[in-house]
Amino acid sequence: MTTTPTAGRTTAVAARAMELSKIYGQGETRVVALDRVSVDFRAAEFTAIMGPSGSGKSTLMHCVAGLDTFSSGSVRIGDTELGSLKDKQLTKLRRDKIGFIFQAFNLLPTLTALENITLPMDIAGRKPDKAWLDQVIQMVGLSGRLGHRPSQLSGGQQQRVAVARALASKPEIIFGDEPTGNLDSRSGAEVLGFLRNSVRELGQTVVMVTHDPVAAAYADRVIFLADGRIVDEMYGPTAESVLDTMKQFDAKGRTS
Amino acid sequence: MFRTALRNVLAHKARLLMTVLAVMLGVAFVSGTLVFTNTLSDAYQKSFAKGFDQVDVAVRPKYQDSEGDRVGKDAELTQALLDRAAKVPGAASATGVVTGFTAVAGKDGELVGGDWQSAGGNYWGTEDPRYPLVSGHAPRGKGQVLIDSATAERAGFKVGDTVRLSVDGPVLTPTVSGIFTTDDGNVAAGGSLTLFDTPTAQSLFGKKGTYDEIDVRAAAGTSQEALKAALDKALPGKLVETTTGERLADDQAAAIADSLSGLKKSLLVFAGIALFVGTFIIANTFTMLVAQRTRELALLRAVGASRRQVTRSVLVEAFAVGTVAGVAGLVAGIGIGAGLRSLLGSLGESVPDGPLVIGSGTVVAALAVGILVTVLAAWLPARRAAKIPPVAAMSSLHAKATTKSLVLRNTLGSLFAAAGIAVVLMATNMDSDSAQGPMGIGAVLLIIGVFVLTPLLSRPLIALASPVLRAFGVSGKLARQNSVRNPRRTAATASALMIGLTLITGMTVMAGSLQSSIDRMASSAIRADYVVSMANQGPLSPDVAKKLATADGVTASSPLRNGESRVDGGTQWLTGVDGAAIGKLTDLKMTDGSFSVGGTRIVVDEDRAEKHGWKPGSQLTAHFEDGATRRLTVAGVYEGNDMFNGIILDNKVLTPHLTDPADMRVMVKMADGASDAAKKGLVKTLDTNPAVKIQDKQDISHEIGNVFTQVLNMVYGLLGMAVIVAVLGVVNTLAMSVFERAQEIGMLRAIGLDRGAVKRMVRLESLVISLFGGVLGLGLGVFFGWAAGELLATEIPTYELQLPWGRMAVFLLLAGVIGVLAALWPARRAARLNMLTAIKAE
Repeated sequence: MTTTPTAGRTTAVAARAMELSKIYGQGETRVVALDRVSVDFRAAEFTAIMGPSGSGKSTLMHCVAGLDTFSSGSVRIGDTELGSLKDKQLTKLRRDKIGFIFQAFNLLPTLTALENITLPMDIAGRKPDKAWLDQVIQMVGLSGRLGHRPSQLSGGQQQRVAVARALASKPEIIFGDEPTGNLDSRSGAEVLGFLRNSVRELGQTVVMVTHDPVAAAYADRVIFLADGRIVDEMYGPTAESVLDTMKQFDAKGRTS
Repeated sequence: MFRTALRNVLAHKARLLMTVLAVMLGVAFVSGTLVFTNTLSDAYQKSFAKGFDQVDVAVRPKYQDSEGDRVGKDAELTQALLDRAAKVPGAASATGVVTGFTAVAGKDGELVGGDWQSAGGNYWGTEDPRYPLVSGHAPRGKGQVLIDSATAERAGFKVGDTVRLSVDGPVLTPTVSGIFTTDDGNVAAGGSLTLFDTPTAQSLFGKKGTYDEIDVRAAAGTSQEALKAALDKALPGKLVETTTGERLADDQAAAIADSLSGLKKSLLVFAGIALFVGTFIIANTFTMLVAQRTRELALLRAVGASRRQVTRSVLVEAFAVGTVAGVAGLVAGIGIGAGLRSLLGSLGESVPDGPLVIGSGTVVAALAVGILVTVLAAWLPARRAAKIPPVAAMSSLHAKATTKSLVLRNTLGSLFAAAGIAVVLMATNMDSDSAQGPMGIGAVLLIIGVFVLTPLLSRPLIALASPVLRAFGVSGKLARQNSVRNPRRTAATASALMIGLTLITGMTVMAGSLQSSIDRMASSAIRADYVVSMANQGPLSPDVAKKLATADGVTASSPLRNGESRVDGGTQWLTGVDGAAIGKLTDLKMTDGSFSVGGTRIVVDEDRAEKHGWKPGSQLTAHFEDGATRRLTVAGVYEGNDMFNGIILDNKVLTPHLTDPADMRVMVKMADGASDAAKKGLVKTLDTNPAVKIQDKQDISHEIGNVFTQVLNMVYGLLGMAVIVAVLGVVNTLAMSVFERAQEIGMLRAIGLDRGAVKRMVRLESLVISLFGGVLGLGLGVFFGWAAGELLATEIPTYELQLPWGRMAVFLLLAGVIGVLAALWPARRAARLNMLTAIKAE
């Protein structure tokens, strides 16, 4: 609890992990991926999770996003406690309350850009909010390419479709797993700009895992993980300050 | 490279299992057929060698060909000939043989043997070495018979019992004078054998004073050949022919082998179909394996493997799969062979015992077929593998089929299909004998054409299903799109199913139309309420017709009496009827003149009228069996059918010229029509004789229907094999698709598609592919059924195409069920996919 930074902030909490642990294997092969992590993700805030490979940053995101099960502790999305949910309810929760952006674009090649964007609503059998949809599409600049299939779009455009898909269903929280990992720096900057705008202008909540200090600099807040624990956090990060913090861990890791 | 190939086989065990299964089924069918037919012909050979133990030389009558105005018939083996044969030097004894049909009624009144297997014969003298007596004594006179021990045991007959028999209609009630044993194949198969003393047998079977065969035994020290030579010298060669017992056994065995080879051929055709379908699946599997390993193969090329080495590594993999499948198929085939024999045995067929024969030919064939089919099917995918450029190792995407090759494919397919349709249509306008070849070629061309075109056809046909699929929401939409995503793969999968359904539908359409047309032909021509015949369709004694004519409630009746004549130097079959009654009993369609039979007025069928130029008013001279001639006048020309053809004339004219009048059927019209009571009355009139069948129109239709049903069921069973192979193909394709789309499925799960919906998506895709194959198969099947029917229609005037809508609906439903069943396992796998690994996989 000592690492839970709540002081000075009054906004609502969109997602919260308490004493969250994730342990793989048993005995000799036992690996602790998350070690009693507690963290709040506040609404309308852009959070980046950073850490070296194997620090548990992706595992933390997967557990909070309801993609993976955890060994102990609790996770809440809004008012919903995830630990007690069955697969079906968890799926419904992801569908209705969470948006995802993956590293490998992850669009369905058989659907057009527009169909990919509205896919979560199609699955839910809901009609998309037309005005909102137009606004989102306008924002990510895809108006002219809605009829294209993913194979006819560039990597940056594909990821913009993924961003639009995540935003379109007005989820309570959006998770991104290295969303700029496969993009060149210009396209990456665009996507990160959209994510930041969605937070600033639309009040969206975004949590993003990244290993890129430049990407992390777009966030309001950066959480640093190492060996399954939160070791530091930073508000109003810049690429330099993030890089410096990362270097400290590296140095620590080497000396310890 | 060799090691790489083998490692690949082991690495993809589960995936190759389906391929192995598909090949294995075909190979098992082939080797099962060979084992079964070899075993059977071996056993028959042995049993026939045993059956001719008692015969050193058989003397048989020669058929005296009809010549000029003389009606042809068998020469007579008279007592004089027998006496002469017995006295030939080197002959120990001569036995006269008389055979015929004899039905035995059990204590329940039903036939003891089957319709066809109730035989009768003569017991030679007081001690016949052919039939060792178990109890009692040789039969004497009309009042005594011998019964074989198997029948006696089954029906509970003892020496001294009275049995009810029938040879040609009237019921006989002799006592059992003795019981004998025999190794007669008919009896072993569940038939009965009844023996009379020789004069009784001769008179009952219509062979007074003559024999069917004279069996001569050689004296000690005389060879069969020597005896045959002596007999040839002593007997008139114009009237008889002699054959040694050894030769008879050999001939018989050869005849059996010959008839089995027909069975063997048709079974192998079905095995071939299963294997053909299997090649699609193998080719499909290897294409997918190669596509999945694009990077790996490109890496091999990048580090220096030559194209040929890559091709060879894929072929070695195919060889290994083929070998495994061949061996497994052989083992399964031996099981099938043994199973078929005991199945046949339990169906009451005559199956002699003997060891299972697994010839070296069978082993070689099984392995060769397994390996060849697999390697050939893998050939194209292997070539494609070699064409993967080394640079593909660096890119992550699977090589996609270009539209250009589909253009070529569509052109080729259209050409093939058009040529096939043209040839089939042309064949329907040819006469039925010469049309068979072109029809077959056209069918093959069309099937190949449609197969080549299936990728093109898949889009519009599957689009037709989209309104239905839309009801399933996102799952349905995705399923539809997935199913047209890789048109080649969908096509190959659906084609496998298509071929099986084409054949099944074609057969059903043809058989159904044929059945109803024969049915219509037979029953529309009958005005009689009942048709009476022997259970074995053998001749009826004229006494039966006489009895029926005077039975209670009978208003009209006529026998259909057999006769032969020579007209204008050619043989003409005659049907003798009661000219006064026949008009009330039949309703033959007249094409010319009027139906009027009486005195010298006759009617002739259309075919013969056309051939001889007969018209109403034509006169012809008939030379009868006994040499007498009559001048007859054609009154009308009718449309012939199964029951009526040839010349129909009055019995008053025909019967005096027959030495041994016999009727094929008796037609009966009742005052109050057909009813249970009327039938009971007739049965009683004929002394409740189980050997006589009394059928109304419905019974006749039923009988015709039964024949077709049996044949169709057999064909369904055999084609079922091809369908099972096709199911394996669907499973294989779906499993592969699920594997390839793991990442997509993971993403869908992440953004909120639940497990049930994922399952539904895979199932619907499977359903769509299966129904696609089913619709194509039904379409082609109906076309082929129609085309074959056009040929039949030239032979059968009442032929009319009948589409078995009910059956076709069942077939389509079956295709759907296949789709759902095939998707069970792949759908489960898709639903259980680990989301995280799927998303991360790259």
